[in-house]
Order: sequence, then structure tokens, then C-alpha cells
Amino acid sequence: MTPDGVRSESVVSRLKHATFTELLFVVFHSFLLRRFLFFLLVIWIAATVIFIIPRLSGQDPVKEKLLLEAQRGGAIQTGFEQMAEAYQKRLGLDQPILTQYKNYMFDLVRFDLGTSIAFYPRSVNSMIADSILWTIGLLGTVIVLGFLIGTLAGALLGWPRSPGYLQFLFMPLLTLSAVPQYLLGLILIYVLAFKFSWFPLFGAYNPGTLPSWDFAYIWDVIQHAILPALAFILGAIGFWAVGMRGMMINNQGEDFMIQAEAKGLKGARIFMRYAVRNAMLPQVTGLALSYGTLLSGAILIERIFMYPGIGDTLFQAIRLSDFFVIRGVVMTVILSVATATFLVDVLYPLLDPRINYGRR
Amino acid sequence: MDTPQASQSPTSPPPSRSKTDELKQLYWDRINPIIRYARRNPPLIFGVLLLGGLMLFVGIGYLVYDTEQYRVLSADPGDTRHPPSLQYPFGTDTAGRDLFAVAIRGTPLTLRIGLIAGFFAVSFGTVLAFIAAYYRGLVDGTVRVMADVGMTVPPLLILILIAINIEGGLSVDQMGLAVATVAWVWPARTIRAQVLIMREQSYVEISRLSGSSGMAIIFKEMMPNLIPYITASFVTSVAAGILASIGLEALGLGPFDSPTLGMTIFWNIQQSSIILGMWWWWLPPIVAIVIVFVGLFLISSGLDEWSNPRLRQRV
Amino acid sequence: MTLEVTNEASSTRPDLSNRDFALDIQDFKVYYDTPRGIVKAVDGVSLAIRQGERFALVGESGSGKSTLAMAVMRLTRPPGRIAGGNVLLHGTDLVSISEEEMRQTRLADIALVPQGAMNSLNPVMKISNQVIDGIIDHIPEDAPKPDADELENRVNELLVRVGLAPMVGQLYPHELSGGMKQRVAMAIAISLSPRVIIADEPTSALDVIVQRQIMQTLGQLQEGLDAAVLLVGHDMGLVAQFADTVGVMYAGKLVEIAPVETIFSNPLHAYPQLLIESIPTMDERKPLTGIPGLQPSLLNLPEGDVFAPRSPIPHTPEDAATVPKLVEVEPGHWVQLSRSSVADFNTYAHLVDY
Repeated sequence: MTPDGVRSESVVSRLKHATFTELLFVVFHSFLLRRFLFFLLVIWIAATVIFIIPRLSGQDPVKEKLLLEAQRGGAIQTGFEQMAEAYQKRLGLDQPILTQYKNYMFDLVRFDLGTSIAFYPRSVNSMIADSILWTIGLLGTVIVLGFLIGTLAGALLGWPRSPGYLQFLFMPLLTLSAVPQYLLGLILIYVLAFKFSWFPLFGAYNPGTLPSWDFAYIWDVIQHAILPALAFILGAIGFWAVGMRGMMINNQGEDFMIQAEAKGLKGARIFMRYAVRNAMLPQVTGLALSYGTLLSGAILIERIFMYPGIGDTLFQAIRLSDFFVIRGVVMTVILSVATATFLVDVLYPLLDPRINYGRR
Repeated sequence: MDTPQASQSPTSPPPSRSKTDELKQLYWDRINPIIRYARRNPPLIFGVLLLGGLMLFVGIGYLVYDTEQYRVLSADPGDTRHPPSLQYPFGTDTAGRDLFAVAIRGTPLTLRIGLIAGFFAVSFGTVLAFIAAYYRGLVDGTVRVMADVGMTVPPLLILILIAINIEGGLSVDQMGLAVATVAWVWPARTIRAQVLIMREQSYVEISRLSGSSGMAIIFKEMMPNLIPYITASFVTSVAAGILASIGLEALGLGPFDSPTLGMTIFWNIQQSSIILGMWWWWLPPIVAIVIVFVGLFLISSGLDEWSNPRLRQRV
Repeated sequence: MTLEVTNEASSTRPDLSNRDFALDIQDFKVYYDTPRGIVKAVDGVSLAIRQGERFALVGESGSGKSTLAMAVMRLTRPPGRIAGGNVLLHGTDLVSISEEEMRQTRLADIALVPQGAMNSLNPVMKISNQVIDGIIDHIPEDAPKPDADELENRVNELLVRVGLAPMVGQLYPHELSGGMKQRVAMAIAISLSPRVIIADEPTSALDVIVQRQIMQTLGQLQEGLDAAVLLVGHDMGLVAQFADTVGVMYAGKLVEIAPVETIFSNPLHAYPQLLIESIPTMDERKPLTGIPGLQPSLLNLPEGDVFAPRSPIPHTPEDAATVPKLVEVEPGHWVQLSRSSVADFNTYAHLVDY
């Protein structure tokens, strides 16, 4: 009887015997490099689109709105002349379009996002730096929590041996997934903050308190974070649960699930190591794909709760027609989405052995 | 499978039948399979019923109510914050809009944004998908990369950039078009994948070998099989369009003179209706939005079942 | 190939007549509840396999043979259900024991070599772990837990027994060929030395040479364990080389059971006759013929001889409508006797009352 032979060697053993050119070839065609090039491509295309859109409108809305604000005697009073000058120089509208594009890209590479119009001469970078920690703190927690709880809920819902009454959770979860999270936020504010006064209505901390690392301040921050976090997590749970349930049901028909049962494995093992483990894979891909949508949701939640994160900065900038701040926030968000996608792409092969770093 | 309806319609026609009976039978033969299918696909039916109910509310409202009251200061000036009453079923807001009229006027406007976005996104996406799958190579590569990039970038952000650069804000129709410019990526991706699978299949191959023109193959062989995917993409795009438009409106970049659901939400946030305790102001638009999204979601998962029978077993 | 001569199994066929039944299936029924009615996929099947016997169940796809195999393992899923009958495994009725008892019985006492080996392994788990988890989940509560080395040795030994290198344990399923995956499935099946093995079309989707090797290995494993094997298949050639006894299924019922030589030399029912005629042979070049007609829908099946519409034997409608019985026409040879499907009916007419 002839053994069937091992079809594919491991990447390591292949690399050991490779010549330098072969090695170069492998690196060039490697998964990692391709994902990194895609990462750069996303940023480049997005930056270019951001560059083109204002120029397509044929007008100069920024300048017009700027003048409008000045006439109204709004936020910009002092230093209007300087600012207009700086603004002209910044956009360099008198220069050929390619030069404008080149300057814009150079600024971007140095991560110089320009200067605010409304709060001249503050740099956009410093404004974003001030607000982004709030966003990261809130968003980081809720994305992870929402994903984990939602995936687990979906796994239980899609598991045939789960108790039947769990199925009653499906409609509420589905509804939660269909409602934009900031609208949930509105309802939560009304019920839990306005009606029952259990939580503060808005903001990230009491206006009176000074930021410091004492217990009172941290407690204050946590209290303020609970409602926006809850709004986000509730929506996210529904979203992930509905997706996970579908994958679990789909997986039930797979041969390896039937075989797992034929092997007489314990229910818990089949659930975790066979069903959930495989149904997780599209969830993780989904996490990368919907990160941008989740972030958009977070921006709107911050708007509702007047939470001083990057979303609130964006909203204030929209209100004041502060073009460079808007552009800066958009660029920052796109950068973070591209980075997150890249990270998931890089880490995904650890979850799925079928994806090989060397191939594809 | 014995149902009241089924027992009413005789399977073997009686010898003498009137013309109306014949007509009834004719229609019944059309409707019966739909009902039979519906019983096996409750999500689809429930979704259609939800949206149908909402449309019914709007339709009846237009017939029996003075919807012009959506305008500012329609309620008696000076005292504008009415809670729901017989005169104002949904109450009025701080600017004196009759919120019942706003709900009747605003719901179809919001749906309109979604439909425009969905129609153009799916049309554009489908055409791109066919072009990409037909020419392959560089064209296909470009479309694929564009779609991948488009999926990475959150649509809301691109919409914000478009909106702030349009003087006077976006109108309802412009808003739908703007959403379509970012929403085509999903249909393009899913349909491209289906076309690529399909063009390798034998019936397309046979049609090609028997000398059918490209157009004939596309419209006679491929399109009928793509209908479930195109319909599903359309429903998803409509939902995505509405979601993005409401987000845009909540940020204050919507059509200020239109009483869409999103603009109503915006005025709520702007005027702090929550702290004013005016629950009747924010509740109707939220309920309408929830009905729209749940309805669209159910329809799309019903369609999923249709194109992917494996899910049928346990939904 | 000439079927009578190359049957290795039959030439060395052990005398099993005085051994006990390992698996005794009695009047077994598996029904599917569908919106359009009840589908009787397995409708009153009885068969018994002695310890050490190789029993092959053959029939067209849709005849209910795989459904039967899965139901014996109690792996039938809704809308399917076991609608009646008993499955006695060494005297224990598998139909009536608790779910937990059934779980412990699987793999330890009755193991499945699955159909479609391509996907029967968990794609994200190393092979060795997929062998080990079955072993671990059958260790009694009070028994000492084996250490990692012990388990690894056991996995390696099992892999070698099915003809694989021990290093295969360190690979993932996608790194193996179809034949290798089926060998892994066999290694898992024998990991607790079960006395009964159910092999559900173990060679489907494999190429002909690999099919032969897999069947040889399965035969060796069966001999080593002295296990009773229920082989489900549709390839009469492979079955002829492997089995001691053959049962032929049609539309959810057994139509004939006989020792392998008898089923090929003297089939009595028209269906097995046609099945055997349709096997292509080397020395007689003839056009490939299938069996004319289609298997009937199992939904709302009429009473009587369901094969009658396809039977070449002349018969009256009354013949076809008579409900036939499975009777033992000679020791070990059972036939579903009907005037419409058994040409020699009159020879055996005294055994039935119709």
C-alpha cells in the first residue's frame, strides 16, 4: 500500500532551501506585503477622494462660509485677515492643481492636518489629540464588549441544544441590531437619565470637576460613560448575535459537525471547539469590515451625548463650517479604519490555518 | 396543509361555473403559490407586512389629514408645545409643527432617499460587476480594488465631505444620489462574484457556444438567476441609504426645509426635546425608523433564505 | 473484473453461523416530516449482523441506506425522526437509551466512518487533536486522566495502523489529500476499538485506486478488531470484494438479503438482478445500461410492491398492489416476495399466503 504522501510542506521548510531570489519572490508575493500595500492604497485613494470632492463642486464653499461667519460676527472675529491669508496659502488655489495635490500629500505624509478656521491658530492635530483619547477609551471598550457578548448570544441562539426559551431573545436582538445606536441612546437618555436620573444626561465628566487621577473623578467619568457605552453595546450585541446565529445554523449542516457528534464528543466541546470556533471566522472578518460603520455609529453617539470625543469635534466643526477640522477628523478615522483592517488581516491566519502567509 | 382558503377553492371544478368563479379560480391559482411560499418564509412576509403597515398609515394620513400642518408655526403661535391631543394626535414641537403631519410627510421622504440610493447603487453596481466580469484583467482588478477600498471607508464620512461642499445643503433627491455614490460597493462585489461563478457554468457556456450574443446571454441566461441577489442587494442598499442619510441629517447636514425622519431627529437633538420632556416629539420618528429597518432586515433575510435554501431548515 | 472469483472475503470467509448478533436492527423506521407529508425514508427494515461479519447495504441514492446508517447512530436530525423499531447493539436497544448513554456508546461501542471524507474533519484543528478529543471524552469520570505523552503515542499508533505517518498528526485537514483524510477518519473510528463499525460510503469522492486501498485498510482493521461492519455503498464492485453478506435496499425497504456469492450468482428479486446486470465487466463489452425508470418519490408511497412500475416481469395491477413480505427462502437468503418483482415467485409461493 503506497502512502498518499504529504501534499504541502510547511512554509518554514520551503524557506530553508530557498535561494536569495526565491526568497525575494516569496516576500514580494507574501500575504503580509500585499495586505500592507492594500493598506497604503486605501489611504491614498481616500486621501485623493477627499482632495477631489471640494474641487468638484465648482465653488469655494469654505471661503464663502468663512465670510458668512465673519459677517454674522460668529465665532471668528479676531485675526480674520491672517486667517484668510493662511487659508489661501494652505489651499494654494492659485497654483496648478498638481502642485496643490503634491503639497496636500506631503502634508498628509507628515500627518500635518492644517489649522482650524474657527479656533485659529489652533492646529487640527492638537484638536484631534485632545478629543481622541475619549473616543478610544469609550470605543475600545464597547467594541470588544459588544463583539464578545453579541457573538456568545448568537452562538447560543444558533445552537440546537440551547433551551427553547432563548429563542424569544431573537426578535428583541434583531430589533436592536436594526435600530441605529444613537437612537437607542436617545431612548436611554430619556428613560435612565431624564426620568429616573440614574445617570448624568450628557458629557464625559461634571463641568465643575477638574481632571485629576483621584477616585471621585474616575467614578464621575465612569458614570458618564455608562449610558453611551450601553447604547453602543446594545446595538452591537444585536448586530453580532444575528450574524453569529446565522453562521451557527449554517455550520450545523457541515459534515464535520455531524462527525463530531458521531465521535460521541461532549456537548460543550462540540459547541466550543467545533461550532463556535468555525462560526467565529466570518465574525472576525465582519469585525474588520464593519469597523468603519461602528466608528460612524460612535461619532453619532458622541453627538447625542455631547461626549467630548472625536465625533463631537466633528459635529462642532460641521456647525462652524471648519473645513480643515472636518477633513482632519475624516482622515484620522479613515486611517484608523485602514489600520484596524490591516491588523485583522495580519492576525486572521492565526485563527484560520487554511490561510497561509506564504500563499494567496 | 388543510387551510380554510384551500378548502374554499375546489380543486376539481364543478360542471357549471359562472364567469366570476372562473376568474376567481384564475387569480387563486396565482395567489395560492405565493401564500404557500409565504408560510415557509415568515421573515419575508412579516417584513413586507411591517413596511406595508407603515405605508398604509402614510396613505390614509394623506387622505384624511391636512399634511400642510408640517410647516413651522402651524399650531397656534405663542403656545406651541402641545402634547398629543385630539386636535394634534402626535402633539406639536417647539417650533409649532404639527407632528402628526410631520410623520405622514416625513416617512415617505425618508423612504424616497433610500429608494433613490438603492436604485442607483444597485444599477451602477450591477453594470460595474458585469463590465468587470466581462473584461477581466485590469478592469476587473480596478473595480475590485475600488470596491475593497469603498468597503473600508465609512460611507458617512464621504457623505459629510460631499454635503459640506454643496451650497445650501442637500435636497432629498440629492441626498439619495449622494448616498448612492458610496453604496454601490456591496452590490458590485456580490454580483461580480455571482457573475464570475455563473460564466463558468455549463448553461452559459452552451449558450455562448451556440452563438448567442453577449447581451442575449446576460439578459436571457444570467439575469434571471441573478434576481435573488439583485433584489437582496437592493434591499440592503435601501437600508444602508436610509441609515447613512439619517446619520447625515442628525449631524445637521440634511435638507432643512423637509420634514424627513432624520431631520425630525435633528430638531429633537437641537432643541433638547428630551430635557423638555417632550417624548411625543422623538418617539414617532424613532418608531418609524425602527419599523423601516426591522422590515427591511426581515425582507433581506427572507430573500437570503430564498437564494440559500440551506438556511431554510431552521429559521 | 469477474465478480465470483476475486472475492477475497468469501474465499476466507469465517464461519459466523454460531456467533451472536452484534447489531440487530428490527422493523426500523425513519420518517421525515415535511410540509407536503411524511417521507418514509426507512420503512420497516430488519437486518442482523454477527460479530465479525461484513454486511454491505446497497441501493440507489435515495433508497434510504445512508439514512438508515445515520439513524442507527442516532444522528437523525429534524425534520427526520426515528418512527419505530429497535436497534440492538449487543442486546442494548439504542433507540431507547438516554442521550448521554448514546453519546458514550458512540465511538466506544459503535463508530462511524463518514461519507464525504473531504469535509468530515474540523478545518481549524490539528489532526492529532481531533483524534485525541474523542478519546478524552470517553474516559470515565473516576478514571485517571492520561498524560500528553501517552495520548500522543496512542495517536501515532492509530495513524500508523491506518497507513499514515505519525507526523500527519501535526497537520491540518486542508494539508491532506482525500485518501489521507479518509484514513484519518478511520483512525478516529477505531480509536476506542469498537465492536461495530458503520462505514457510510467511505470511498465516495475518491479515485478508483485510492478507493481500493481504503477498502483494503478497512478490511484489515475489521479483522484486527473482529468488528461487525455495516458498509453502506452503491458500488457493487467494491461491495463484492469486501462483504460477506449483502442487503439490497429499494425505496426505504430491504428487497433481498443474501451471502455475497448468492446475491451475485442467484439473485431472486428483479431489482438486484438489474443492479448486477448493469455492472460493466472487462470480458463482455456491452453498452452501459442503467435500470430503466426512476425510483418513486418516498412521499405518500402507495401500498404494495413499489418496484412494480420498473419491474420487467409481466404482472397484473393486483400483483403490484399486494403488500409483499420479506421471507427466508433458504438459510441466510431473504427475499421480498411479490409476483410483480420475483420471476420465480411460484417456486416460493408456498411460503406466503398471497
